[in-house]
Amino acid sequence: MSGSDRHPLFMPLIAVGGLIFGFGLGYSHMARPEVVLDFLQFEDLGLPFVMFGGALVTGVVYFLAPKLLERAPLTNRNFERRLKPFDNQVLVGGAIFGVGWGLSGICPGAAYASLGVGNLTILWALAGMFLGAYAQGVWRSRNDTSDTTPAGAD
Amino acid sequence: MVLDPVPLQVFAEYFPNGISRYAIGGLFVGLGAGIIYLGTGISAGASTFLESTLSYVSGRSRFKQYVSSRDWRLVFTASIIAGAAIYSFTLGDGFQYSTDVQVWRLFFGGILVGVGTRIGKGCTSGHGVCGVGSASRTSLIGVATFLLVAIGVAQLVAAMGVSP
Repeated sequence: MSGSDRHPLFMPLIAVGGLIFGFGLGYSHMARPEVVLDFLQFEDLGLPFVMFGGALVTGVVYFLAPKLLERAPLTNRNFERRLKPFDNQVLVGGAIFGVGWGLSGICPGAAYASLGVGNLTILWALAGMFLGAYAQGVWRSRNDTSDTTPAGAD
Repeated sequence: MVLDPVPLQVFAEYFPNGISRYAIGGLFVGLGAGIIYLGTGISAGASTFLESTLSYVSGRSRFKQYVSSRDWRLVFTASIIAGAAIYSFTLGDGFQYSTDVQVWRLFFGGILVGVGTRIGKGCTSGHGVCGVGSASRTSLIGVATFLLVAIGVAQLVAAMGVSP
Protein backbone atom coordinates (compact mmCIF):
# COMPACT_ATOMS: atom_id res chain seq x y z
CA MET A 1 0.00 0.00 0.00
CA SER A 2 2.16 2.83 -1.22
CA GLY A 3 2.56 5.38 -3.92
CA SER A 4 0.02 5.73 -6.70
CA ASP A 5 -2.49 3.10 -5.55
CA ARG A 6 -3.33 5.11 -2.47
CA HIS A 7 -6.76 6.59 -1.98
CA PRO A 8 -6.70 10.28 -2.99
CA LEU A 9 -7.92 11.24 0.49
CA PHE A 10 -5.20 9.27 2.30
CA MET A 11 -2.64 12.08 2.54
CA PRO A 12 -5.23 14.81 3.26
CA LEU A 13 -6.56 12.71 6.15
CA ILE A 14 -3.06 12.17 7.55
CA ALA A 15 -2.54 15.93 7.33
CA VAL A 16 -5.82 16.78 9.07
CA GLY A 17 -5.11 14.22 11.80
CA GLY A 18 -1.59 15.59 12.25
CA LEU A 19 -2.88 19.17 12.48
CA ILE A 20 -5.33 18.26 15.25
CA PHE A 21 -2.67 16.14 16.98
CA GLY A 22 -0.17 19.01 16.88
CA PHE A 23 -2.74 21.58 17.94
CA GLY A 24 -3.48 19.42 20.97
CA LEU A 25 0.20 19.11 21.88
CA GLY A 26 0.54 22.89 21.66
CA TYR A 27 -2.64 23.52 23.64
CA SER A 28 -1.65 21.04 26.37
CA HIS A 29 1.75 22.77 26.81
CA MET A 30 3.40 19.36 26.47
CA ALA A 31 5.51 20.96 23.73
CA ARG A 32 7.33 22.80 26.56
CA PRO A 33 10.06 20.71 28.23
CA GLU A 34 9.72 22.82 31.39
CA VAL A 35 6.12 21.66 31.80
CA VAL A 36 7.13 18.01 31.41
CA LEU A 37 9.99 18.43 33.91
CA ASP A 38 7.61 20.14 36.37
CA PHE A 39 5.42 17.07 36.19
CA LEU A 40 8.30 14.63 36.59
CA GLN A 41 9.44 16.61 39.64
CA PHE A 42 5.89 16.48 41.06
CA GLU A 43 5.42 20.24 40.90
CA ASP A 44 2.43 20.07 38.53
CA LEU A 45 0.63 16.76 38.24
CA GLY A 46 -1.63 17.76 35.34
CA LEU A 47 0.40 16.26 32.52
CA PRO A 48 -0.95 12.67 32.68
CA PHE A 49 -4.29 14.09 31.61
CA VAL A 50 -2.74 14.70 28.18
CA MET A 51 -1.73 11.09 27.59
CA PHE A 52 -4.73 9.53 29.28
CA GLY A 53 -7.13 12.04 27.73
CA GLY A 54 -5.69 11.05 24.37
CA ALA A 55 -5.86 7.34 25.23
CA LEU A 56 -9.49 7.76 26.27
CA VAL A 57 -10.42 9.07 22.82
CA THR A 58 -8.37 6.48 20.93
CA GLY A 59 -9.83 3.82 23.23
CA VAL A 60 -13.35 4.75 22.13
CA VAL A 61 -12.35 4.98 18.46
CA TYR A 62 -10.43 1.68 18.51
CA PHE A 63 -13.43 0.03 20.15
CA LEU A 64 -16.09 1.48 17.85
CA ALA A 65 -14.31 1.51 14.48
CA PRO A 66 -14.53 -2.25 13.81
CA LYS A 67 -18.18 -2.22 14.88
CA LEU A 68 -19.10 0.64 12.55
CA LEU A 69 -17.00 -0.26 9.52
CA GLU A 70 -15.79 -3.54 8.11
CA ARG A 71 -12.51 -2.12 6.91
CA ALA A 72 -10.72 1.21 6.98
CA PRO A 73 -12.26 3.15 4.06
CA LEU A 74 -9.04 4.68 2.72
CA THR A 75 -6.74 1.65 2.93
CA ASN A 76 -8.96 -1.45 3.11
CA ARG A 77 -7.01 -2.43 6.18
CA ASN A 78 -8.61 -4.40 8.96
CA PHE A 79 -9.10 -2.48 12.18
CA GLU A 80 -6.57 -3.94 14.54
CA ARG A 81 -5.66 -2.70 17.96
CA ARG A 82 -2.08 -1.54 18.50
CA LEU A 83 -0.73 -4.70 20.08
CA LYS A 84 3.00 -5.30 20.01
CA PRO A 85 4.69 -8.42 21.31
CA PHE A 86 6.21 -8.05 24.73
CA ASP A 87 9.87 -8.83 25.26
CA ASN A 88 12.86 -7.46 27.16
CA GLN A 89 13.38 -4.77 24.54
CA VAL A 90 10.21 -3.06 25.73
CA LEU A 91 11.79 -2.75 29.19
CA VAL A 92 15.30 -1.89 28.02
CA GLY A 93 14.13 0.60 25.39
CA GLY A 94 11.51 2.03 27.73
CA ALA A 95 14.16 2.59 30.40
CA ILE A 96 16.56 4.28 27.94
CA PHE A 97 13.71 6.46 26.67
CA GLY A 98 12.84 7.25 30.30
CA VAL A 99 16.37 8.46 31.04
CA GLY A 100 16.28 10.66 27.94
CA TRP A 101 12.81 11.99 28.68
CA GLY A 102 13.68 12.71 32.31
CA LEU A 103 16.87 14.48 31.26
CA SER A 104 15.41 16.56 28.43
CA GLY A 105 11.70 16.83 29.18
CA ILE A 106 10.82 16.20 25.55
CA CYS A 107 9.48 13.25 23.56
CA PRO A 108 9.31 12.93 19.76
CA GLY A 109 5.76 14.19 19.04
CA ALA A 110 6.12 17.03 21.52
CA ALA A 111 9.46 17.97 19.94
CA TYR A 112 7.84 18.40 16.52
CA ALA A 113 5.08 20.48 18.10
CA SER A 114 7.67 22.50 20.01
CA LEU A 115 9.13 23.63 16.68
CA GLY A 116 5.64 24.74 15.71
CA VAL A 117 5.23 26.98 18.74
CA GLY A 118 8.47 28.73 17.81
CA ASN A 119 10.99 26.91 19.97
CA LEU A 120 14.01 26.64 17.66
CA THR A 121 16.20 25.52 20.57
CA ILE A 122 14.40 22.16 20.40
CA LEU A 123 16.38 21.45 17.22
CA TRP A 124 19.12 20.28 19.59
CA ALA A 125 16.79 17.61 20.92
CA LEU A 126 15.63 16.67 17.42
CA ALA A 127 19.24 16.37 16.25
CA GLY A 128 19.89 14.11 19.23
CA MET A 129 16.83 11.97 18.45
CA PHE A 130 17.93 11.44 14.85
CA LEU A 131 21.44 10.59 16.00
CA GLY A 132 20.12 8.12 18.57
CA ALA A 133 17.69 6.53 16.10
CA TYR A 134 20.51 6.27 13.56
CA ALA A 135 22.93 4.71 16.03
CA GLN A 136 20.48 2.03 17.19
CA GLY A 137 19.44 1.37 13.58
CA VAL A 138 23.00 0.82 12.42
CA TRP A 139 23.70 -1.40 15.40
CA ARG A 140 20.54 -3.47 14.99
CA SER A 141 20.92 -3.72 11.20
CA ARG A 142 24.34 -5.26 11.82
CA ASN A 143 22.71 -8.08 13.80
CA ASP A 144 20.07 -8.43 11.12
CA THR A 145 21.47 -10.73 8.46
CA SER A 146 18.34 -10.80 6.31
CA ASP A 147 18.65 -8.16 3.61
CA THR A 148 21.56 -5.87 4.34
CA THR A 149 23.62 -5.15 1.29
CA PRO A 150 27.33 -5.15 2.05
CA ALA A 151 28.87 -1.68 1.99
CA GLY A 152 25.49 0.02 2.08
CA ALA A 153 24.59 3.37 0.62
CA ASP A 154 25.19 5.32 3.80
CA MET B 1 -7.61 33.18 59.00
CA VAL B 2 -9.56 31.61 56.20
CA LEU B 3 -8.71 28.08 55.27
CA ASP B 4 -9.65 26.44 52.02
CA PRO B 5 -11.17 23.03 52.37
CA VAL B 6 -8.34 20.51 52.34
CA PRO B 7 -9.14 19.03 48.90
CA LEU B 8 -8.91 22.48 47.31
CA GLN B 9 -5.59 23.17 48.99
CA VAL B 10 -4.21 19.89 47.73
CA PHE B 11 -5.57 20.63 44.27
CA ALA B 12 -4.00 24.08 44.17
CA GLU B 13 -0.69 22.73 45.38
CA TYR B 14 -0.36 19.87 42.93
CA PHE B 15 -2.32 21.32 40.00
CA PRO B 16 -1.13 24.96 39.87
CA ASN B 17 -2.31 25.24 36.25
CA GLY B 18 -5.53 23.27 36.71
CA ILE B 19 -6.24 20.28 34.55
CA SER B 20 -8.36 21.63 31.69
CA ARG B 21 -5.43 22.65 29.47
CA TYR B 22 -3.95 19.19 29.83
CA ALA B 23 -7.19 17.28 29.43
CA ILE B 24 -8.46 19.32 26.47
CA GLY B 25 -5.06 19.16 24.78
CA GLY B 26 -5.06 15.40 25.32
CA LEU B 27 -8.51 15.04 23.80
CA PHE B 28 -7.26 16.82 20.67
CA VAL B 29 -4.22 14.53 20.52
CA GLY B 30 -6.50 11.51 20.77
CA LEU B 31 -8.87 12.96 18.18
CA GLY B 32 -6.02 13.46 15.71
CA ALA B 33 -4.79 9.89 16.17
CA GLY B 34 -8.39 8.63 16.16
CA ILE B 35 -9.30 10.27 12.85
CA ILE B 36 -6.27 8.75 11.17
CA TYR B 37 -7.13 5.34 12.61
CA LEU B 38 -10.76 5.57 11.55
CA GLY B 39 -9.84 6.37 7.96
CA THR B 40 -6.77 4.19 7.53
CA GLY B 41 -6.58 1.61 10.30
CA ILE B 42 -3.11 2.92 11.06
CA SER B 43 -1.91 3.56 14.62
CA ALA B 44 0.16 6.69 14.10
CA GLY B 45 3.08 7.01 16.47
CA ALA B 46 5.49 9.92 16.36
CA SER B 47 8.87 8.24 16.84
CA THR B 48 8.80 5.93 13.79
CA PHE B 49 9.25 9.11 11.75
CA LEU B 50 12.86 9.24 12.97
CA GLU B 51 13.74 5.90 11.38
CA SER B 52 11.46 6.21 8.35
CA THR B 53 13.06 9.55 7.47
CA LEU B 54 16.54 8.08 7.91
CA SER B 55 15.62 5.61 5.15
CA TYR B 56 15.97 8.52 2.69
CA VAL B 57 19.68 8.72 3.44
CA SER B 58 20.61 5.23 4.64
CA GLY B 59 20.08 1.80 3.13
CA ARG B 60 20.34 -0.11 6.40
CA SER B 61 17.70 -2.78 6.85
CA ARG B 62 16.32 -1.24 10.04
CA PHE B 63 15.41 1.90 8.14
CA LYS B 64 14.47 0.26 4.84
CA GLN B 65 11.52 -1.52 6.45
CA TYR B 66 9.83 1.90 6.70
CA VAL B 67 10.29 2.97 3.07
CA SER B 68 6.61 2.40 2.22
CA SER B 69 5.39 4.64 5.05
CA ARG B 70 8.07 7.31 5.03
CA ASP B 71 6.17 9.78 2.84
CA TRP B 72 3.01 9.90 4.91
CA ARG B 73 5.05 9.99 8.14
CA LEU B 74 6.79 13.08 6.78
CA VAL B 75 3.36 14.63 6.11
CA PHE B 76 2.18 13.60 9.60
CA THR B 77 5.15 15.27 11.29
CA ALA B 78 4.92 18.42 9.14
CA SER B 79 1.23 18.62 10.08
CA ILE B 80 2.04 18.26 13.79
CA ILE B 81 4.41 21.23 13.45
CA ALA B 82 1.76 23.18 11.53
CA GLY B 83 -1.00 22.28 14.01
CA ALA B 84 1.12 23.49 16.92
CA ALA B 85 1.87 26.67 14.95
CA ILE B 86 -1.88 27.24 14.47
CA TYR B 87 -2.30 26.91 18.23
CA SER B 88 0.56 29.32 18.89
CA PHE B 89 -0.82 31.85 16.40
CA THR B 90 -4.44 31.69 17.62
CA LEU B 91 -4.64 30.81 21.32
CA GLY B 92 -0.95 30.77 22.19
CA ASP B 93 1.70 33.42 22.52
CA GLY B 94 2.50 33.88 18.83
CA PHE B 95 5.82 32.00 18.56
CA GLN B 96 7.33 33.83 21.55
CA TYR B 97 8.15 30.66 23.44
CA SER B 98 11.66 29.31 23.63
CA THR B 99 12.79 26.75 26.16
CA ASP B 100 15.22 27.56 28.97
CA VAL B 101 16.13 23.92 29.47
CA GLN B 102 19.84 23.68 28.87
CA VAL B 103 21.05 22.61 25.45
CA TRP B 104 23.16 19.71 26.72
CA ARG B 105 20.08 18.23 28.41
CA LEU B 106 18.08 18.53 25.19
CA PHE B 107 20.82 17.06 23.03
CA PHE B 108 21.97 14.13 25.17
CA GLY B 109 18.43 13.47 26.36
CA GLY B 110 17.36 13.52 22.71
CA ILE B 111 19.95 10.88 21.80
CA LEU B 112 18.59 8.55 24.49
CA VAL B 113 15.02 9.28 23.39
CA GLY B 114 15.99 8.34 19.83
CA VAL B 115 17.61 5.07 20.95
CA GLY B 116 15.03 4.13 23.57
CA THR B 117 11.82 4.79 21.68
CA ARG B 118 12.98 2.71 18.74
CA ILE B 119 14.28 -0.21 20.80
CA GLY B 120 11.28 -0.04 23.14
CA LYS B 121 8.76 -0.20 20.26
CA GLY B 122 7.12 3.12 20.90
CA CYS B 123 6.99 6.52 22.53
CA THR B 124 4.47 8.62 24.37
CA SER B 125 2.10 8.60 21.38
CA GLY B 126 2.60 5.07 20.06
CA HIS B 127 2.58 3.33 23.45
CA GLY B 128 0.97 6.09 25.49
CA VAL B 129 -1.97 7.16 23.33
CA CYS B 130 -2.52 4.41 20.73
CA GLY B 131 -1.22 1.47 22.78
CA VAL B 132 -2.96 2.39 26.03
CA GLY B 133 -6.10 3.12 23.96
CA SER B 134 -5.77 -0.43 22.65
CA ALA B 135 -5.48 -1.74 26.21
CA SER B 136 -2.19 -3.32 25.13
CA ARG B 137 -0.34 -5.00 27.98
CA THR B 138 2.98 -4.34 26.24
CA SER B 139 2.22 -0.64 25.99
CA LEU B 140 1.02 -0.37 29.58
CA ILE B 141 4.29 -1.95 30.74
CA GLY B 142 6.25 0.29 28.36
CA VAL B 143 4.53 3.43 29.66
CA ALA B 144 5.05 2.41 33.29
CA THR B 145 8.74 1.78 32.55
CA PHE B 146 9.56 5.07 30.85
CA LEU B 147 7.38 7.08 33.23
CA LEU B 148 8.98 5.70 36.41
CA VAL B 149 12.53 5.98 35.05
CA ALA B 150 11.90 9.53 33.81
CA ILE B 151 10.56 10.59 37.21
CA GLY B 152 13.65 9.16 38.91
CA VAL B 153 16.06 10.83 36.48
CA ALA B 154 14.33 14.23 36.54
CA GLN B 155 14.29 14.22 40.34
CA LEU B 156 17.94 13.18 40.46
CA VAL B 157 19.01 15.89 38.03
CA ALA B 158 17.03 18.49 39.99
CA ALA B 159 18.54 17.25 43.26
CA MET B 160 21.99 17.76 41.75
CA GLY B 161 21.09 21.41 41.38
CA VAL B 162 20.63 21.51 37.61
CA SER B 163 17.84 23.94 36.72
CA PRO B 164 16.24 24.05 34.36
